[in-house]
Amino acid sequence: MGYFGTIVALLALLALAWRYLGGYMEAVFAGRVRYLAWAERPVYWALGVDPEAEQPWPRYAAALVVFSGTAILVTYALQRLQGSLPFNPQHLGAVAPALSWGTAVSFVTNTNWQSYAGETTMSYFTQMAALTVQQFVSASVGIAVAVALVRGFSRRGSPTIGNFWADITRCTFYVLLPVAFVAGVVFVAQGAAQTLAGPVAVHNPLDGVAQVIARGPVGFMEPVKELGTNGGGFFNANGAHPFEDPTGLTQFLSCVLVLAIPVALTYTFGRMVGSTRQGLALLAAMAVIFGTWLGFSSYAESQPNPAVAAAHVVAQPAGNMQGKEVRFGPMPTTLYNIASTQTSTGSVSGANDSFNPMGGFGLISGMMLGEVSPGGDGSGLYTVLLFAIVAVFVGGLMIGRTPEYLGKKVQAREVKLAALGVLVMPVTVLVLSAVAVSVHAGRAAIGNGGPHGFTEILYAFVSQANNNGSAFAGLDANNAFYNITGALAMLLGRFGVIVPTLALAGTLASKGTVATSAGTFRTDTPLFVGLLVGVILIVGGLTFFPAVSLGPLAEQLSKGLFR
Amino acid sequence: MLTNLRRAVVLSFVFLAVLGLGYPLAGTGVAMLFFKHQAEGSLVTDGGRVVGSALIGQQWPGPKWFQGRPDGYVLVNKPDQVVVSGTEQLGPRSLALEQFVARQAARLRREGISRPTVDLVTTSGSLVDPDISLADADAQVPAVARANHLPAAELYKMARQELHHRELGFLGAPYIDVLELNVALARLEHRH
Repeated sequence: MGYFGTIVALLALLALAWRYLGGYMEAVFAGRVRYLAWAERPVYWALGVDPEAEQPWPRYAAALVVFSGTAILVTYALQRLQGSLPFNPQHLGAVAPALSWGTAVSFVTNTNWQSYAGETTMSYFTQMAALTVQQFVSASVGIAVAVALVRGFSRRGSPTIGNFWADITRCTFYVLLPVAFVAGVVFVAQGAAQTLAGPVAVHNPLDGVAQVIARGPVGFMEPVKELGTNGGGFFNANGAHPFEDPTGLTQFLSCVLVLAIPVALTYTFGRMVGSTRQGLALLAAMAVIFGTWLGFSSYAESQPNPAVAAAHVVAQPAGNMQGKEVRFGPMPTTLYNIASTQTSTGSVSGANDSFNPMGGFGLISGMMLGEVSPGGDGSGLYTVLLFAIVAVFVGGLMIGRTPEYLGKKVQAREVKLAALGVLVMPVTVLVLSAVAVSVHAGRAAIGNGGPHGFTEILYAFVSQANNNGSAFAGLDANNAFYNITGALAMLLGRFGVIVPTLALAGTLASKGTVATSAGTFRTDTPLFVGLLVGVILIVGGLTFFPAVSLGPLAEQLSKGLFR
Repeated sequence: MLTNLRRAVVLSFVFLAVLGLGYPLAGTGVAMLFFKHQAEGSLVTDGGRVVGSALIGQQWPGPKWFQGRPDGYVLVNKPDQVVVSGTEQLGPRSLALEQFVARQAARLRREGISRPTVDLVTTSGSLVDPDISLADADAQVPAVARANHLPAAELYKMARQELHHRELGFLGAPYIDVLELNVALARLEHRH
């Protein structure tokens, strides 16, 4: 009843977002939305940019990389200098260098991996001016790349793919900022904290409890954290903390915000290439994977927690409550955490580490598929398009024809770039996980014994290389080894995919189109959806099966408990 | 390259001003104007002094009071220091979790709660979970009634009055705020 209603309401709202937010974004990126032109114009003037002057892909990519590098330095500097900056009621000193570096990379790459506790590490100024800013901007960068790639498909013989500066400015001002602000009002009305006054000390004479309650500008950070598929929360407990997600309503709204843009972009894509059916096909593939994962993970979490059951002292009628909040319960928490791991968000509504073995497998394996169901803001669309190119290539091999996608001939260069983009993540994850289990610094950080400990390490790199940022919190990742290797994984997982994607956009844009004929393999049919899902599952499954069998599968199949 | 760098620096500061200061400060302004109570942390006052937040759990001693999740055994409050939420999450095949659950159940039984419920022996994700379910409250009623010399029927009724239903009828799960429940309990004692 409750959960069923939640799913139906989610689908209804996402259908609206798909049609209307998707259509709106198409208009925004075509430059047809103008109501904030008064705010845009001074920005372009200060930058010395003509928003209508487009860039070829190498210049687009160079602007993106230089901008992101600058953002990393600014975010790093703000953390190091926070002791001398305002809005610091707890008088927190500078964030340590390795942690500042890891955190700067993490927020600029849209990962939001947090190896710190926000309430005792980051000043309000850092949370607002360093972290929240990147939560907007990194999402805009991802969306810009996706739109640039789609322009590649929709144009013929064009030397350019758009203007990077105009794309991120428009995305931030027209899409992210208004939605986040409205949602922020709802969060605060429901009980999310939003204050610049510091922590408050309370003493309760009834129970004798004296506690210091951390507060801060939380309520307006939450919607950006979700809408931007970022996931970095104000508090260590992230979305489980009542000041971040006070009610079932804000938790549900978070799920809607997380999924809204990745889902809507498939409509934007369809409109840009002149066929919403093409966008629907991609959305269908995403939905098949999401639905399957949500289904079995919900089932897993509706089952008793084995360690709690082993104590033989309580019944577990609702499922696994360890690490979950009473106001949410196991099912909505599973929906939230699945939405968050399949979108490169990584926020949590309950402890991932305490999910049942197959529930935990649902979280990690959702990320292993490359974050395409529906994936992060922009990154979901461009990654699934890379998979689509691989899929038409596989289809072309089967029928012995040069493959085409959306009227573009897919030739050696396109397939190479797509394969490169698809393979960067698994290679990064497997190499770094192997290094971590081989060196003492990597193993010393494990929190739980047995196969769960291996899962903690694997999860960390899968999460970071996919720019997800969720954690099997048991791993103590705030040390030089994990801050540095983690930053490497995040940078490769972000820019190692973005640069080939933009190169692909440039190549495609410069090509002409071929007319569809009777022999053209159609890419807006259930057959293609099946092929695409198959390619995604086979690539993810084959690369990660050995590693998964050492972690969650071994845990599921083992009996007894581990120290 | 240099042009890109100059543009990147300028745009970083534009975004810092608009998104990093303008957006959250405007939000704080709206919050203070319309939702001051929530924005300041849903603080609960009793006789002019702040006794806690309705959204942040406290560890209540049983059986005189209704107890919440045993989060306080993991995240220990300190009178002069912010404590970190959501630490120490145990895995589903953790021996330490089994032992923790067994210890909590034994403690609750000693306090006269003969049939502990799952929320009362497992920790939450935030470790500051302020709520319990109706079943958790009902399981404690006989012990709380005995300790306070109150009729159990009144406590069952009180728990139902304090129950928050699902948001919009279908979102989240029904819950009882432990601080609100115990404040109501104190009032009930006062009347008797």
